[in-house]
Amino acid sequence: MTAIDVSHSGLAAARAAFRTCRFTGLKVDIAAQRLIMANAVAAVVFLAVGGLMGLLVALTRWPAVHLLPSEWFYLVLTGHGANVLLFWIIFFEIAILYFASAVLLGSRIATPKIAWAAFVLMVAGAIMTNVAVFQGDSSVMFTSYPPMQASPHFYLGLIIFAVGALIGVGIFFATLVVAHGERTYEGSIPLVTFGALTAAIIAVFTLASGAIILVPTWLWSLGLVAEIDPLMYKVVWWGMGHSSQQINVAAHVSVWYAIGALTIGAKPLSEKVSRTAFLLYILFLQLASAHHLLADPGMSATWKIVNTSYLMYLAVLGSLIHGLTVPGALEAAQRRNGYTKGAFEWLRKAPWGNPAFSGMFLSLVMFGFIGGISGVVLGTEQLNLLMHNTIYVPGHFHGTVVAGTTLAFMAMTYYVLPLIFQRDVIWPKLARWQPYLFGMGAGGISLFMMGAGTLGVPRRHWDITLTDAMHPFDLPSGGFLMMGLNGLAAVIAAAGGILYILITVGTVLWGKRLDKGEAPLTFPLHKQAATVAEYGSHATVKLPGTIILVSVFFLSFVLYYFVNWKYLSEIWLLR
Amino acid sequence: MDDRPESEPRQERVPAMQQLLDNPFLLLFIGITIPTILYIVWGVMEIASIPVAP
Repeated sequence: MTAIDVSHSGLAAARAAFRTCRFTGLKVDIAAQRLIMANAVAAVVFLAVGGLMGLLVALTRWPAVHLLPSEWFYLVLTGHGANVLLFWIIFFEIAILYFASAVLLGSRIATPKIAWAAFVLMVAGAIMTNVAVFQGDSSVMFTSYPPMQASPHFYLGLIIFAVGALIGVGIFFATLVVAHGERTYEGSIPLVTFGALTAAIIAVFTLASGAIILVPTWLWSLGLVAEIDPLMYKVVWWGMGHSSQQINVAAHVSVWYAIGALTIGAKPLSEKVSRTAFLLYILFLQLASAHHLLADPGMSATWKIVNTSYLMYLAVLGSLIHGLTVPGALEAAQRRNGYTKGAFEWLRKAPWGNPAFSGMFLSLVMFGFIGGISGVVLGTEQLNLLMHNTIYVPGHFHGTVVAGTTLAFMAMTYYVLPLIFQRDVIWPKLARWQPYLFGMGAGGISLFMMGAGTLGVPRRHWDITLTDAMHPFDLPSGGFLMMGLNGLAAVIAAAGGILYILITVGTVLWGKRLDKGEAPLTFPLHKQAATVAEYGSHATVKLPGTIILVSVFFLSFVLYYFVNWKYLSEIWLLR
Repeated sequence: MDDRPESEPRQERVPAMQQLLDNPFLLLFIGITIPTILYIVWGVMEIASIPVAP
C-alpha cells in the first residue's frame, strides 16, 4: 500500500481526538463521527423530500385517485428519482464509508477538512438540482435523456454533487492508507470494510461515468455544444445510473454482515468465500448497466449478451454466494448462542423485536426474492422484451433499492443513532414495528408494479387510460387493479417512512444521551458485537435451516425464470 | 540446509489471491478498467461505427 509522509501523519495523528465506545469497545475518531453524523442527517432530509414525492407519484398513478396534473407529475417524478436514487443513498453511503474505514479500523479519518468541503459540495449540488426541478423547467425525469433538455443548473447540481461524492470516496481510500500506515489494524481489513471498499470502487466508476456525460450535457444546455447523441448519452449515463444502484448492493450486503455481527455476534462462514463474492462484484457488477439498452437497435447483440448475460451472471453468482453466507452466518451464530433445536429454532428465536435485525432480515429476503430474481429476468435479452419500459422495471428496482437498500440502511440507523449520535432510540414500540410496516409497503410496491408491468402497463406514464388519444388502447383490467394495489402499498410504505423520519429526528433531538452515565441500550448489542471489526470465519457447514431456505429460493428462481420463457414463447411473433 | 540465523522469523508466503484482496488500489484499478473497456469503450465504439444516414 502507498506510503504516507511520516512527519505530516505524525502531526495529524497527534491532533486527532478519539473516544472509546462503551458498548463496542471501538475507538472512534471524533472528526469521523461528526462527518458520519452530518452525512446521515443530510441523507434523511433528502429521503424525506424524495419519499414524499414518491407518494405523490404513486397516488397519481393510482387510476382511481390520479392526484396530480401532468406537469406536476413529471416534475415530482424527476425530483423523486434524484432525491432517493442519488442523494439519500449516496449521502448514507458516504457515512457508511467513513464508518467502515475510520471507526472499524480504529483510525483517524484522513483530511477531515477536505471531507467537510466534499460534504458542502454534495449539499450544494443536491440543493441546486432540487431548485431546478421545483422551478418547473427541468421535468426531464431521473434519466434526463436528450433531446429533452433541463436547465443548466439541473446538470451543474448533479456534477457538483458527483464531484463532492468522489472526493468523499477518495477520503475513504486515503483513510485505508492512513490506517495501514499507522498500523491501527493487523492483517486484512474486516469483511464489512472490504464490502465498503467494493462499494467505493464501484462508486468511482459510477461518478466518473456521470461526470463524463453530464459535463457535455451541461455545456449543451448552455448552448456551447451543438448536439448530444442520444444513444451515446444513454450508454455513458447508464454507467452512472445503474452502477449507482450497484454501489447500493455492495453497501447493503456489508450492512447485512455488520448487523448480523452487532445483533447476534455473527461471523462470516468463510472470509475467503465472502471476499471472493465481493470480488465478483468489483469485476462484473457494473456491466449490468447494459440491460437498459437491450431494446436499442444501435448496440450489437454481442455487446448486450456479453455484458448482461455471460459476465453479469458472474456478479449474480456473487449475490447467490452472499444469499447463502449471510443467512448461514446468522444460523451459525444463533446455534452458537444456544438455539440448536430442529432446523429453524435459530430463526424463530432471532431478535425479531430489534428493528435493526428485523429490517436487515426483511431486506435480505426481499432483495433476493423480488429484486434479485427479477433483475436476472430483466437482464436476459429475450425475456427483457416482455417488460422493457413497462412499470415492471420500477417494480424491479424498488425491490432492490427500496425493499433492499433503503430498508437495510433504515435498519442500520437503529445502531448509528446510539453508537455514533450517542442517543438512545425513542419510541421503542413504534421502532419495533417500523421495519415491518415499511417492508410490507415496499414489498407490495415492487410486486404490484411488476404485476402491472407484466400486463403491459407502461412506466412513467401519467394517464394509462390514454384519454383523448388518437389511437385508443385498452389495458387489461388486472393492470388497473395492480396500480390501485400499488397505490395502497405506497401509502403503507409512506407511513413506515414517516415513522422512520420521526423516530430518527426525534432521537437525534430528544433521545436519552448515552455519553453520560451508564444507561443501557434499548436495543442491546450482542456481547460479541466487536467481531464486526475483526477478521475471522466461523467455518461451519452444519446449516440445515439455511440449506432449506436457500433451496426454496433457488426453486423459486428457476420456476420464475422458466415461467417467463414459457410466457415469451406464447406471445413470440416469429413462429 | 537453512543458513539463516535462528533469530530471523520465517516469512510465511502470502497466496496470490490474498495479496490481490489485500491491495485496495489493485482492486480499484481492475474494478475501473474492466467495465470501462467492456461497457463504455466497446459501447462507444459500436455507436461510432454506426453508418451515418445518407
